[in-house]
Amino acid sequence: MFAQFIPDGAPVTPIQHLSPDGVLAAGVTPSMSDDQLLAGLRLMMLTRVFDTKAMSLQRQGRFGTFSQVTGQEASIVGSASALDPLIDWVVPQYRELPALLRQGLPLSRFMLYFMGNLAGSRIPDGVNILPIQISLAAQIPQAVGLAWGLQMQQTGGVVVVYFGDGASSEGDFHEACNLAGVVKAPVVFMLSNNGWAISTPRHKQSAASSLASRAIGYGFPGVVVDGNDLLAVHAVTAEAVARARSGHGPTLIESVTYRMGPHNTADDPTRYVDAAALESWKPLDPIVRVQRHLASRRLWDDDRRQTVEAELSAEVDAALVIARAEPAPTASQLFDHVYADPPSTLQRQRAARIGATS
Amino acid sequence: MSTVTEPVVGTATMNMVEAIRDALTLEMARDERVVVLGEDVGVLGGVFRATDGLQQRFGERRVIDTPLAEGVIIGASVGLAISGLIPVPELQFLGFGHQAFHQIGQQVARFRFRSQGRHPMPITIRSPFGGGVRTPELHSDAFEALYTNTPGLKVVAPADAYDAKGMLLAAIRDPDPVLFLEPLRGYRLVSGEVPTGDYTVALGRSKVVREGEHVTVIAYSAAVQLCTKAADVLAAEHGISTHVVDVRSLVPLDVEGIVAAVEHTGRVVIVHEAPLTSGFGAELAATIQREAFYSLEAPIERVTAPDTPYPLGGTEDFYVPQVDDIVRGVLNALER
Repeated sequence: MFAQFIPDGAPVTPIQHLSPDGVLAAGVTPSMSDDQLLAGLRLMMLTRVFDTKAMSLQRQGRFGTFSQVTGQEASIVGSASALDPLIDWVVPQYRELPALLRQGLPLSRFMLYFMGNLAGSRIPDGVNILPIQISLAAQIPQAVGLAWGLQMQQTGGVVVVYFGDGASSEGDFHEACNLAGVVKAPVVFMLSNNGWAISTPRHKQSAASSLASRAIGYGFPGVVVDGNDLLAVHAVTAEAVARARSGHGPTLIESVTYRMGPHNTADDPTRYVDAAALESWKPLDPIVRVQRHLASRRLWDDDRRQTVEAELSAEVDAALVIARAEPAPTASQLFDHVYADPPSTLQRQRAARIGATS
Repeated sequence: MSTVTEPVVGTATMNMVEAIRDALTLEMARDERVVVLGEDVGVLGGVFRATDGLQQRFGERRVIDTPLAEGVIIGASVGLAISGLIPVPELQFLGFGHQAFHQIGQQVARFRFRSQGRHPMPITIRSPFGGGVRTPELHSDAFEALYTNTPGLKVVAPADAYDAKGMLLAAIRDPDPVLFLEPLRGYRLVSGEVPTGDYTVALGRSKVVREGEHVTVIAYSAAVQLCTKAADVLAAEHGISTHVVDVRSLVPLDVEGIVAAVEHTGRVVIVHEAPLTSGFGAELAATIQREAFYSLEAPIERVTAPDTPYPLGGTEDFYVPQVDDIVRGVLNALER
């Protein structure tokens, strides 16, 4: 009878602190102060404003292919808010704009990357984030190595690495988790389960009842959290970060959320997303949830919302002005930063290419 | 063409494994940021003993036995480098390099570019490669050309103990990632006098290992020794004087040195263990025809493995170029 490790298949109830109506669960002490909560809300709203504006710009041909965060703001902001940007690192995939902003990346620089300008690939010194990763899951071993290196050098730093339910099917995810468990790397694996990998639904990625349950195979804890609940995501991540910082190793957090838009601006989700499922997630909006909670405590109202939205809109417009002021790309940029000391063969190619295009 | 950076104390006879170990020991003692990681590199000292004794001397924190997973050995090295360390990962055999190719090709090689200079990758990936020692299946392939077509990466393949030590020290100190290819066949077979002190051999320089007048044979790694043996046969049996060039560094490539060697005789034979089509010999031939066209007196010959999968050991000698194959290639180049 092979019954030692039979999966139970029992549904896991994600940890929730705020109900969709914004009511704090009984017995829960919020892990964020009011100021932190307001700052988190502002960051979520900024992301939403950016998504809307950038989508419009993309449709006008003034912005490149990019992936909106819409619907997943609490998952990203809640986790990033648990970090100390001075010593901790964020290793992103490509749908984590607010985490990058909180670590200190100027919005204009993020925009440049998606406008196809190499200047957008240069993250300013002192901003503890790695470049956006397009080759899915490749960032996970790198995050483990970074965390391991920080640990070896006793910096006290922790790394949060972001990826999705799709990327968790990659071999790199497994190899990285496995090594992290062995060396007790101070890393938090933030798995944003948004239901989709482009058109492939969650149930086609894995037969596991929860993706967090895989953690047991690596010898560290896994936890499932309501990804549309800013407070719960923050609390769970803060605990994982504290665990990592105190030498107890990694944690896998599965943040259950939903991608409310397309995979990216080139995608047409009407071909595969069930309209009823999408509708069922609309009342669970992570921004509205926090606004309801703050309103119930008289810290938020419609006037305030309008004021903040106007400020954020101006902020995005200002960033766009800065991004557009960046010098246009040049052919010589192809050759910069390939080698510290370019081989003579490459120097010749550079001379030929620049001569041909100037 | 070797650059001696510091006074050399003395010399000792070392084979290639010993020279590599000497370089690792010296650099780990000199620079505490250097960490060695890979499968079986610690307690065992590596399956070829290239890292023997390092863990005892430098501890488990700096000489690390990893899980059996090439992808994360290289992927984690990226992160270790970003954290400020200088990783020297070992791929136990280049034949297993495909398991890590996504991290090498898309990540290690282009991280400097992807970060626009913020994150250089001072990583030296050591890996034995090539055949001739009857390994089990899938160990012995010469996959160097996969990596020379990967911008951002340097690829070097020394053929003797002196270069192995000096180039490994240069590679570890290089701010860019280097794939350091070690000839399986040469590990214990090839010995020589090696300075016991600190010296580097600049990457990007070829060297003439034998002077000759009639034909220029160009090779790297284990094939260099075959070429000198072939030169002996050619001299004894055919009265042919062979100029043998060790490329040493595929990227960066010493175009000037190779062109000078070609112009010296006007006839060229290129030898490598990798298959013919798109092998690095094609790049060498293209470079030579562009840079030394008017000095060529015959078509360029290539002596390589056929375009077939690397076979099992019993068939290996039909696959890997042998001395006789090189002799025949030279006779072709001389139109004899």
